[in-house]
Amino acid sequence: MVAQQGAVVIVGAGQAGGWVALTVRSLQPDRPIILIGDEDHPPYERPPLSKDVLAGKASPESTYLKPLSHYAEAGIDLRLKSRVTAITPDAKTVTLASGETLPYEQLVLATGMQPRSLPLPGADHPRVRTLRCMEDLAPIRKFLSPGHKIVCIGAGFIGLEIAAVAARSGCAVTVLETAPVALGRVVAPEVSAAIVQRHKKQGVDFRFGVAVQAIEDNAGAALVKLADGETLAADLVIVGIGGQTNCHLAREAGIACDNGIMVDAEGRTSAPAVYAAGDVCRQYSLALGRTIRLESWQNAQNQAVAVGKHIAGAPEPYADLPWFWTDQYDDNFQIVGAPERWDRVIWRGSPDDDKFTAIYLLDGRIVAGNTLNNARDIRPLREMILARAEVDIGLLQDTQTSLIKIQKLQAAQ
Amino acid sequence: MTMATNNQSMRDTALTQLCGFDQLDEDEPLRAEIDGFAYAVFKVGEMVFVTADLCSHGPGFLSEGYVEDCQVECPFHQGKFDLRTGLPTAPPCEVPIQTWTPVIRDGIVFIDPASPNQI
Repeated sequence: MVAQQGAVVIVGAGQAGGWVALTVRSLQPDRPIILIGDEDHPPYERPPLSKDVLAGKASPESTYLKPLSHYAEAGIDLRLKSRVTAITPDAKTVTLASGETLPYEQLVLATGMQPRSLPLPGADHPRVRTLRCMEDLAPIRKFLSPGHKIVCIGAGFIGLEIAAVAARSGCAVTVLETAPVALGRVVAPEVSAAIVQRHKKQGVDFRFGVAVQAIEDNAGAALVKLADGETLAADLVIVGIGGQTNCHLAREAGIACDNGIMVDAEGRTSAPAVYAAGDVCRQYSLALGRTIRLESWQNAQNQAVAVGKHIAGAPEPYADLPWFWTDQYDDNFQIVGAPERWDRVIWRGSPDDDKFTAIYLLDGRIVAGNTLNNARDIRPLREMILARAEVDIGLLQDTQTSLIKIQKLQAAQ
Repeated sequence: MTMATNNQSMRDTALTQLCGFDQLDEDEPLRAEIDGFAYAVFKVGEMVFVTADLCSHGPGFLSEGYVEDCQVECPFHQGKFDLRTGLPTAPPCEVPIQTWTPVIRDGIVFIDPASPNQI
């Protein structure tokens, strides 16, 4: 007789928490699984929130990993609007806000992130908003119609995606960024300039190198005051300046954290039988050979699947190369690789084109790639990055030959 | 005229030209439209496979996908489908895609759009 296994308890019912539960269930049909989330939705994918769901083109339910009814049918104890207040690795228990204590055999922390708020006077003005959850949508959507002024603080993915939806809705949109370029952390300046140019064609105004000093009230609306004295009236201010990991439960339990819960390639934390998955974890990346924290759809799914497999006794270390995408207007922009530096960017197509691929090199080897409306090139780029081989620059620049063909030629060499 | 030839001619009339066999490339699937519906046409060795172009999960086009081991990886979310059956083989794809059995005659690839394969 097989001994009854104890429960897998998953704290956080976002995309990562959901995938851990679904993966364990697919491998262990009888394993008790408790999935605890503080939102009122079953696990869902967040990327559409700043795109088609915000624009009203897709329903909230379309983002669900599985319909709500699936969890009960699959024997997953999904506890929504429920909050964990403490975890006790020594006793192998978690404590809920209700006072209930749940024993676990394995614990997964998939607690995600929360948006960073502006450390400024007036940041709590009701017209200043961030977007992370389904509940954040309504106060933003209210202003997405012609005649409204929207100011986005931060020219990262979230700011640019909301700017695109707002511009398409007929709003007057201004994007403020302290850095000299958009998407500064992740792409080359010449690539981000191409993205910004596409926003400008849609009427979006950009101010780079500016600092916001305060947000004041303006008869119920907001007034954004810049350090240079300029003021911008805004019906709505969107703050997209990054996020903070929700690691307090782990930290209080003595689990190693460093801007994220530290995990290995299988998602194990410093505490026995405790794993972390998704945005919250800082992981050792087998593909990059260094630790990294990834806020991405890919990581929230595949790293969580790897954690689920490890828990279910079918370990398969997570070795994906980081990959991101964003949709703005009718454009699909993708990034593969996460280089700390590069020394050359090769263009296939021009920054002014509606479709291009930019290939990042370091010491003659490909370390990353970007595609605009050219997703077909991502997979060969991934192969070439992982091959770590020196590439033939002349061949890469030959746009008469597809990148897939070039990759196969390179691989055969 | 026998029953068999009758059936044969009925089948033939339903066949619609999709593309030339020479247009197919093992590394780069082809997008072809019939009556406004987009198909993805794949060549694996000398075999030809036809699926719906639109992924069953997201807004990705399988004709822009990467073909390996008789599977196509969607360029949008990197989910995968088996070209022979249309069944999903990697998350997030869970719903099968439609497939058609092509007929190749005189270097032309045909399908009967009204007769997708049973899933």
